[in-house]
Amino acid sequence: MSTDVITLPGAQTTVEMRRPLVDTLHEWVTTVDHKKLGLMYILYALVFLLIGGVEATIMRIQLSAPHKDFVSPQVFNRMFTMHGTTMIFFVAMPLVFGLANYLVPLMIGTRDMAFPRLNAFSFWLSAFGGLLLYFSLIGANGLYGAGNAPDVGWFAYAPLTSHSFSVGHSTDFWTLSLLVSGFGSIGTAINIIVTILCLRCPGMKLGKMPLFVWLNLVMAGLVILAVSPLSAAQIMLSIDRYLGGHFFDTQAGGSAVIWMHFFWIFGHPEVYVLVIPAFAVACEVIPVFSRKAIFGYPVMVAATIAIAFIGMSVWAHHMFTVGMSSNANTFFVLSTMAVAVPTGIKIFNWLATMWGGKIDFKTPMLFCAGFLFQFLLAGLTGIMMSAAPFDWQLGNSYFVVAHFHYVIVGGILFCLFAAFYYWFPKMSGRMYNEPLGKLHFWLFLIGFHLTFDFMHIPGMLGMPRRIYTYEPGRGWDTWNLIVSIGVVFQAAGILVFAANLIWSYFRGKIAGNDPWDAWTLEWTTSSPPPAYNFAAIPSVKSRRPLWDLKHPEDPDWKYE
Amino acid sequence: MQSTRNISAKLPLFKALAALLLLASSCLLAQSPTFSSPTNIFAPASTPAKSIFGLSLFVLVITGAIFVVVASLLAYAVVKFRKRKNDDSSEPAQVYGSNQVEIAWTVIPILIVVVLFMATARVIANVQKAAPDNAVHITVIGHQFWWEYQYPGLKVVTANELHVPVGYPTEIKLLSADTDHSFWVPRLAGKTDLIPNHPNVMWIDPQEPGLFLGQCAQYCGTQHAKMLLRVYVEPRTEFDHWIQQQSQPAQSSDTVSEGQRIFEATACVNCHAVAGTPARGRFGPDLTHLMSRHTIAAGIAENNHENLRLWVQDPSRLKPGSLMPAMGLNEHALNALTAYLETLR
Repeated sequence: MSTDVITLPGAQTTVEMRRPLVDTLHEWVTTVDHKKLGLMYILYALVFLLIGGVEATIMRIQLSAPHKDFVSPQVFNRMFTMHGTTMIFFVAMPLVFGLANYLVPLMIGTRDMAFPRLNAFSFWLSAFGGLLLYFSLIGANGLYGAGNAPDVGWFAYAPLTSHSFSVGHSTDFWTLSLLVSGFGSIGTAINIIVTILCLRCPGMKLGKMPLFVWLNLVMAGLVILAVSPLSAAQIMLSIDRYLGGHFFDTQAGGSAVIWMHFFWIFGHPEVYVLVIPAFAVACEVIPVFSRKAIFGYPVMVAATIAIAFIGMSVWAHHMFTVGMSSNANTFFVLSTMAVAVPTGIKIFNWLATMWGGKIDFKTPMLFCAGFLFQFLLAGLTGIMMSAAPFDWQLGNSYFVVAHFHYVIVGGILFCLFAAFYYWFPKMSGRMYNEPLGKLHFWLFLIGFHLTFDFMHIPGMLGMPRRIYTYEPGRGWDTWNLIVSIGVVFQAAGILVFAANLIWSYFRGKIAGNDPWDAWTLEWTTSSPPPAYNFAAIPSVKSRRPLWDLKHPEDPDWKYE
Repeated sequence: MQSTRNISAKLPLFKALAALLLLASSCLLAQSPTFSSPTNIFAPASTPAKSIFGLSLFVLVITGAIFVVVASLLAYAVVKFRKRKNDDSSEPAQVYGSNQVEIAWTVIPILIVVVLFMATARVIANVQKAAPDNAVHITVIGHQFWWEYQYPGLKVVTANELHVPVGYPTEIKLLSADTDHSFWVPRLAGKTDLIPNHPNVMWIDPQEPGLFLGQCAQYCGTQHAKMLLRVYVEPRTEFDHWIQQQSQPAQSSDTVSEGQRIFEATACVNCHAVAGTPARGRFGPDLTHLMSRHTIAAGIAENNHENLRLWVQDPSRLKPGSLMPAMGLNEHALNALTAYLETLR
């Protein structure tokens, strides 16, 4: 297969010239190449993943037993604020954007994103957003209680963010960092949409795009719809804090509830912004390792669009305890339950894709199998909480914390791990170490279930979230200890993962163009792809151009 | 070489079995006493909590059934359609989809959603209705980091320990003096938030006497964790007696006049009220009948001499981040002040 790739002059130097480090750095900082930017997104997210993980570990040590004194309440409150903000905005979002950036142009057979400079600009905005958040640790010195990091929670309910309750500058750093990275997200989203709509290779109609591309198109649309209100709310909050506005300042007649609406009209679609790209990964990995075409391609596209569409109308299910009218509560029950239908359809289609296949449980497929079970359970606990009265008990308890970690870790992160292992050979040119990959999977699976299965129980026994300590005698002690023990396994899994990536980058077997015998266009070019991606722009006749190439007697385009 | 391969091929199956065993044992563990809790949402003692409990069982059964069916199908696919060692390299049959099955797994979930939705809508209407006319009316005001309870019309103001009659409905109006809070006593009702400029109402009708615990369930600042709720549900006569006792002004006692003088001459009165004295502060808990309460500092410590003295001396020792400042009293003044507080019965 590698002989098919024509090497242009200057693309690959056979004689390795040792360039000065500063030249390499300069090249990375000034690059507008979608692949380099994609990798930078991913590396930057992995660094923040470690930081967010340390913050989670600090919280779990503190909560491993009642009345523990590992950290002060002030530090604990900063930890959960920073953990949530970091994991959503500076781990999950950049990972999703990094994958989209790297893979979308390759999958649609083009040479770069539509706006390479906007792409670089968006990345650096997001990157500086993250730095701004963590600069609060040294820059936001304030009075006692003002803290040196935000401590208002990741959804920063008013009026805790007003000057009366948040002295000093920690909230300002939080606001500005989300505003800056939010503009980066919107820029990237526009870029992804334009790239997909305008730069597809000959023959690739919308209905012939790989599902990964379709789902990222939907994700990018959602980003624009979701991040804009968040940015607006951040500007309003800054006006409140510095220009005497009273949008959310309840002491001057402002509304705390308006902030909730603004935040959750961002916050809930944001869940789909993160989970749809995770679905996108599953839509590539599951067919390739089951050796079957995806089952029900048009239904998968329709279900994704339905999720995005309905997902825009469910935000107030985060507010069932706020005291909305019974009519409003009933509406949001219905819309929230309705999302379960297209989501269920997707699970069934993946199941049908595996059905009758020859499933090869390499590490990416293991993670996708874990994803299917865990996402099923996460969806079902979601249905429990969509029943508003049940949510009056479960909302804001550890049950909710367990539920959304099931979605974000058990669903999204498992798929992202699958993506790492699946595309690592393409990105680095080398295979990862398979036994280490499997060890990572099993360690992380055990840790995940110890932590997040058992976390549901204290929630049902009345333990609210965001408490830095708890009373003995509530029946929460044992469960919290088990939850904390799970962290050890998860951390071990992450260390194995990091070691695997680093070792394989230098010592892994050479991967070749197409190590998985896969079907989409990124596997036609060399690993890693040259700067121009394709020597000649490919043209396609079906959703699986490489299947057609490998099975000229039975090509897909005959059936689609 | 051949045998090691065999073992490693069976390993995932072993792990799956081990995982199943773990799951089963954790289910058994669920029956053990570690599962009992004074704040268990599955032990309701009041109509709203019971309605929710009924709905939650219904939802749990349906979602449980869905889980069993779909997870079994998934598990079957994972085991049955694994690549075998003796597989040739041929590709399996390519199936692109089927409209019939797509319609089936669209329609069935829609039917389930309709059923769940209707059951839920009924319970919403049942719980979110006005309390009966004979209800006791209470106003709860959330403060950083304690609860103020007012009994309008009964001239009672107290803090942190709520008293309600058993067998009668109680309508609770929820207000906030500062940030968002949430009133959650799981065995009596679901939680409802206390939001500034956004009055809320909920109701309970406890059906058994006793002490019901809960705590603030909406992050409200540094000491959100130590904003505990205690609801004393008592027979009507005891409740009426308690109301009668709480509506009295404080009894003055000459033996503690020095402590009273210190209380009224320092900043204490800026925040605390003692009915029948010049102390009329409203920022902190009403202390008129302080000693009738079992706990101090929003339920975090027993109300005894040592704790009370420690609290007055330096509240941040018990509750770092509490808004009550340390008054910097000397030993003598501290003892006198504590003695005065201990007469507020």
